[in-house]
Amino acid sequence: MYSEKVMDHFANPRNVGEIEDANAVGTVGNAKCGDIMKMYMKIEDGVIKDVKFKTFGCGAAIATSSMATELVKGKTVEEALELSNKAVIEALDGLPPAKIHCSVLAEDAIKAALEDYYHRRGEAVPFECGGDCHECAHAHEHGMDQE
Amino acid sequence: MVYFDNAATTKVKQEVLDAMLPVFTENYGNASSTYTTPGINAREALTEARQTVADAIGASEREIYFTAGGSESDNWAIKGYALKNRAKGNHIITTTVEHHAVLHTCEFLEKNGFEVTYVPVDSEGMVHVEDIEKAIKDNTVLVTVMFANNEIGTINPIAEIGALCHEKGIVFHTDAVQAVGAVPIDVKAMNIDMLSMSGHKFHGPKGIGALYVRKGLRLDNLIHGGAQEQGRRAGTENVPGAVGMAAALKLAVDHMEEKTAKVTAMRDKLIDTILAEIPYVRLNGHRTKRLPNNVSICFRYIEGESLLLSLDMKVSSGSACTSGSLDPSHVLLAIGLPHEIAHGSMRVSLSDLNTMDEVDAFLKELGPIVKRLRSMSPLFEGVE
Repeated sequence: MYSEKVMDHFANPRNVGEIEDANAVGTVGNAKCGDIMKMYMKIEDGVIKDVKFKTFGCGAAIATSSMATELVKGKTVEEALELSNKAVIEALDGLPPAKIHCSVLAEDAIKAALEDYYHRRGEAVPFECGGDCHECAHAHEHGMDQE
Repeated sequence: MVYFDNAATTKVKQEVLDAMLPVFTENYGNASSTYTTPGINAREALTEARQTVADAIGASEREIYFTAGGSESDNWAIKGYALKNRAKGNHIITTTVEHHAVLHTCEFLEKNGFEVTYVPVDSEGMVHVEDIEKAIKDNTVLVTVMFANNEIGTINPIAEIGALCHEKGIVFHTDAVQAVGAVPIDVKAMNIDMLSMSGHKFHGPKGIGALYVRKGLRLDNLIHGGAQEQGRRAGTENVPGAVGMAAALKLAVDHMEEKTAKVTAMRDKLIDTILAEIPYVRLNGHRTKRLPNNVSICFRYIEGESLLLSLDMKVSSGSACTSGSLDPSHVLLAIGLPHEIAHGSMRVSLSDLNTMDEVDAFLKELGPIVKRLRSMSPLFEGVE
């Protein structure tokens, strides 16, 4: 059911781990829903020099986390803010319909870390996180229930 | 490929296929045709298959009705009996851990004026006779309790529940899809009025099942049409399926003792090794009153689907992600597990075709995978 790219990013995830001196950390999801993503970033001069993640979740949750880190690594904060869940899906050659919420969670995880970056600098957060950034992306609440 | 998902379905054994093949090309006739051309008539093969299935559960031949599988048998037993006997009462008792073929059938009846009590189970998934007794009301007409659970393997006190039902004059159905061919069953001694089974769970073909209906029990038909199956289940008989199911069941029953010994040894090695060597795990279901082939384990801090995808062996999970729904298995929630633990479940279901070498290889592979996934899990931070 998964594309080869999803399986590759699941089996050999890029950028797994923690960054000890991270200056941006964001966590999204909820154990109850079966997926949690935690993003660590080291941002210097407005550029994401390093990014790592830890994820509790299914194959798609791990693969979308991995791909999201790839897509923002080396980018400016502003560029990273443009990351959409659609871009993550496309980069992975697609996701099964029941797994779309994983890509939403990956986008939210990046945004949550960037929000933390702005907070730490005492700056206003220049984007809306849609209320999901610290919430469980429980698809029941998004009308995506597959049953 | 190592296949450890035998509770989902099984491989058709060669002996079973050999028994089926002539029925496709030689005695392919319609079992209900009035002519009895020697050679092509399938009636004899069908009768013989029915007798074999009956013998396997202590029933008589005319009490066995072939169906398209376990789900149809469950639907027919529950809807057929409830609708036929509506005048006697409209209350049905079942449990919270049934297969969806039973649960969704009960929900359908609820929408159509029936009242259903879903009796809870204990933390090992066991149904207690006293809880069934407490749920019985004046208008209770049917009790349906699964023989053994498909996810966690717990075997229920079926004979005791049957005895209670008969004492109270209530009809007792059991979904024995996971139990038939795996544990000894005697419908008379166990006070069972109706029993569902499915051919593909014991190395028979898919698309064939049976419902045992005790002689004299009346139920409405589910499949209307021709007069097949004593006028109770329409449709041209699936003779190759019935012959295959009977051949598979005979193999299972004739070799039950040796097969149980072999499978139980593999099961126990898996359970004992995992519990001893991997931290933060729990066994789901009863330790001893469980199907010989079932291993159900929750691994804390990881999610079941990612575990399955990492393993070379084919196993199953009660995590939401493998089922297409978003909630973890209703069985794991019913035994009291919190969602986050239920998401980390793995079911290994063995067959006598598996070997101890496969078990050893699996155990060797499992530990490092669990460790790796935990090292990636934010939930595991600070645990060790």
